[in-house]
Amino acid sequence: MRATVLVRPKPGILDPQGEAVQRSLEQLGFPVEEARVGRVVDLELDLGDTDRTRAELERMCEQLLANPLIESYEITVAE
Amino acid sequence: MSEAPRPRVAVVVFPGSNDDRDAALAFEQLGADPVLVWHAEAELPEVGAVVLPGGFSYGDYLRCGAIARFAPVMAAVKQFAGEGGFVLGICNGFQVLCEAGLLPGVLRPNESLSFVCRDVALRVERADTPFTSRVEAGGRLTIPVKHGEGCYFADEELLAELESEGQIVLRYEDNPNGSIAAIAGIVNRDGNVFGLMPHPEHAVDSLLGSSDGALVLGSLVDAVRERLPAPA
Repeated sequence: MRATVLVRPKPGILDPQGEAVQRSLEQLGFPVEEARVGRVVDLELDLGDTDRTRAELERMCEQLLANPLIESYEITVAE
Repeated sequence: MSEAPRPRVAVVVFPGSNDDRDAALAFEQLGADPVLVWHAEAELPEVGAVVLPGGFSYGDYLRCGAIARFAPVMAAVKQFAGEGGFVLGICNGFQVLCEAGLLPGVLRPNESLSFVCRDVALRVERADTPFTSRVEAGGRLTIPVKHGEGCYFADEELLAELESEGQIVLRYEDNPNGSIAAIAGIVNRDGNVFGLMPHPEHAVDSLLGSSDGALVLGSLVDAVRERLPAPA
């Protein structure tokens, strides 16, 4: 089973990387108002059914893949 | 007259640590016996304090300190801290302590996105900790920083708690990284675990600009010495 975890800086958390990207895009002539930079983790795993996989991915995010203090995450499981 | 006893201080070496030897040298100079402990060790030797040094443990993959907290030695460090042992995390060591849950909060990329490497002035908020007893409260220290991810963050609730519990030990006078409330170093609630971004081990000899770091590390040596059993 393939799963993707998308980790983002939480709203309101300063994202200097995103700001630098936004400024650079503007310099290239792209009128971008805001950019936020996160991280993608693609996983290949076999935990049986989708519900169990989701629950386990949730735990992985809480324990390692994201820092819940500053990051939110989004889990997508491919059937 | 007998010489003051030399307490043993463990300095943990992770793959990617690079200030471990400087820390060991500094402690040696300050009258302690440093013991380098490889990250794969499951147990700590008999020591009075543990230091997590600066560097880039495990390449700082994922987030700074995020992988180091899984090192076998960290379970022993947690137990040591839980039993009231003194733990000092410097720079990357501070990041590891936060990721390991031994200190609250998190270190994020500097607001400027630039690596900062220079002496900074610090205000000592608390002089009654085992890490600052040689300094006066309200005193000023000059100690270098060198980091790309030293921007301390705590949400409103946590920050209020840190303030009310008196856990903020050091603040920057001129914030080099965007840390919230200019926080440079904090202790846990019990006061036995201390993390800071500046490098006291790089400021133990006035030949190198400042010896204020010796006040911090020396305080810890004093604290460990006080706990040594009285000589028979």
